[in-house]
Amino acid sequence: MDVAFIIETIVKIVVILSVFSALAGFGTYFERKVLAFMQRRLGPTHVGPYGLLQVAADGIKLITKEDIIPQNVVKPIFKIAPVITASTAFMAAAAIPFWPEFTVFGYTVHPIVADVNVGILYVLAVMAIGLYGPLLGGMASANKWSLLSAARGAAVFISYEVITGLSLLAPLMMVGSLSLIDINNYQKGGFFDWLAWSQPVAFILFWIAAFAETGRTPFHLVANDHEIVDGFGTEYSGMRWGLFFIGEYANMFFISFVMAIIFLGGYGDGSIAGAFQLLMKVAFFFFFFLWTRAAWPDVRPDQLMWLCWKVLMPIAILNVIVTGVVILIKTQGGM
Amino acid sequence: MHVEPFTDRNVSEQSAYYYVDIEEYPVTGWDKFKQVVKRSLKGELFIGLWIVMREMIKFDIHTVKYPMEKLPIGPRYRAVHKLLRLWESGFERCIGCGLCEKICISDCIRMDTRIDENSRKEVTEYSINLGRCIFCGYCAEVCPELAIVHGERYENASQQRAHFVIKDDMLTPLDLLVSGQQKDYPGFGSITPHEDERVAKTPLAY
Ligand code: SF4
Ligand code: SF4
Repeated sequence: MDVAFIIETIVKIVVILSVFSALAGFGTYFERKVLAFMQRRLGPTHVGPYGLLQVAADGIKLITKEDIIPQNVVKPIFKIAPVITASTAFMAAAAIPFWPEFTVFGYTVHPIVADVNVGILYVLAVMAIGLYGPLLGGMASANKWSLLSAARGAAVFISYEVITGLSLLAPLMMVGSLSLIDINNYQKGGFFDWLAWSQPVAFILFWIAAFAETGRTPFHLVANDHEIVDGFGTEYSGMRWGLFFIGEYANMFFISFVMAIIFLGGYGDGSIAGAFQLLMKVAFFFFFFLWTRAAWPDVRPDQLMWLCWKVLMPIAILNVIVTGVVILIKTQGGM
Repeated sequence: MHVEPFTDRNVSEQSAYYYVDIEEYPVTGWDKFKQVVKRSLKGELFIGLWIVMREMIKFDIHTVKYPMEKLPIGPRYRAVHKLLRLWESGFERCIGCGLCEKICISDCIRMDTRIDENSRKEVTEYSINLGRCIFCGYCAEVCPELAIVHGERYENASQQRAHFVIKDDMLTPLDLLVSGQQKDYPGFGSITPHEDERVAKTPLAY
């Protein structure tokens, strides 16, 4: 392994970490602003211009707060749980291409930390490990709300993970590769090549599952404030709680990237215009997360599981079968 | 006076109030499934999305930036008391009759008077213990001189509650009186301006 490669990788890791930590912070700012405007409020206005520095104020507050470890918690697990959420969120980013490759000073940069050939599988698997944050945190907290939240987390996880996997299967069958770069290149042709047109059902299903995966509003039952206080976060304070938050928002960004790349053509042919299109798509998905939070009510845990198992899963399986048959007919016909 | 709101308060075809149709709750699994399909495909979810989006685009923000901006309060509002002065002479309106002290149900007004050189009664001390006052407004209602009234000051945070209610704090300062800033009390039970337009009729008979 040559030195240039190692340096490049380290630089990429640092860039991704810092950019997305900052973005996660600004995600909370956008969320507050967008929700406020939708509810005819102003949102943060006082710290900095348009309240932009609110994020910094929150950060300072979280970092300088006393780190409280309650009496009856299982200490090591309680302490490590937020780290799991945050770190797995960022680990998932390793296989996501954030930008088409470009050349600086004659050196070609691939803006992806590791183009593993099972890219999407890796991303989903690592994101799924992120569940252990809420699960362990909730179970170690010695708090009944947290415990309920952990139980809900596990139940929801089992339900949506089935949908995520099954809905992705159909587009993957068409592409024939698990690497996100290959998936992107499959849709190079432009607008009409997007997998969202050939796989609309899978697209919608994956989108729904993404809401469950990130725990956003229609499926926000792991930390539903009006039922179980803050769920797994009830006993946390200061930066440990902040880590859960960073993890959640980073996850939202990454899943938006994944959706944009798999279903909406990613960065297309790799031009600068394509790259900016990718950012626009990601911004749309992120905005949609906030949008639904302003508009839609939450479902109950049993409703979510009912929906996942009895409605979405059969649809996903049908979709896989139909896709398989169509591919089979096409290839047979082509022979 | 417009009497219609007082004569037609029943729920009827014409009135703005109507009974909401509530569908039977689904019992069987198949019915529930049909309900979900109906609700998902009817576009209700997108109506919700559209409505919040519309509000965001309209940008009709209703926030009152409270410490900087304040909403006007109605004349009936019973905030911390004020002692007013006579407009012409600047004398205190209070004649020391003691009615307010007598009527106060929580017995929190304390006053002292003396007969001055001109054989007029002079109020030497007047204080209201805000820790006991229930802001019932009886003192203002009973006062024959419109001397003790409820002011508009509803921000009662202070290092000591006595800060609001010794006589010097409640009495209109002379300079404010001269510059015409003393607000007269519209009278107990007065109606908020434009209240008629803002009140919707309430159905009384169901
Ligand atoms: S408002 Fe009522 S309780 Fe308060 S001082 Fe006047 S009469 Fe007494
Ligand atoms: S009722 Fe009015 S005039 Fe009489 S003592 Fe009280 S404030 Fe003075």
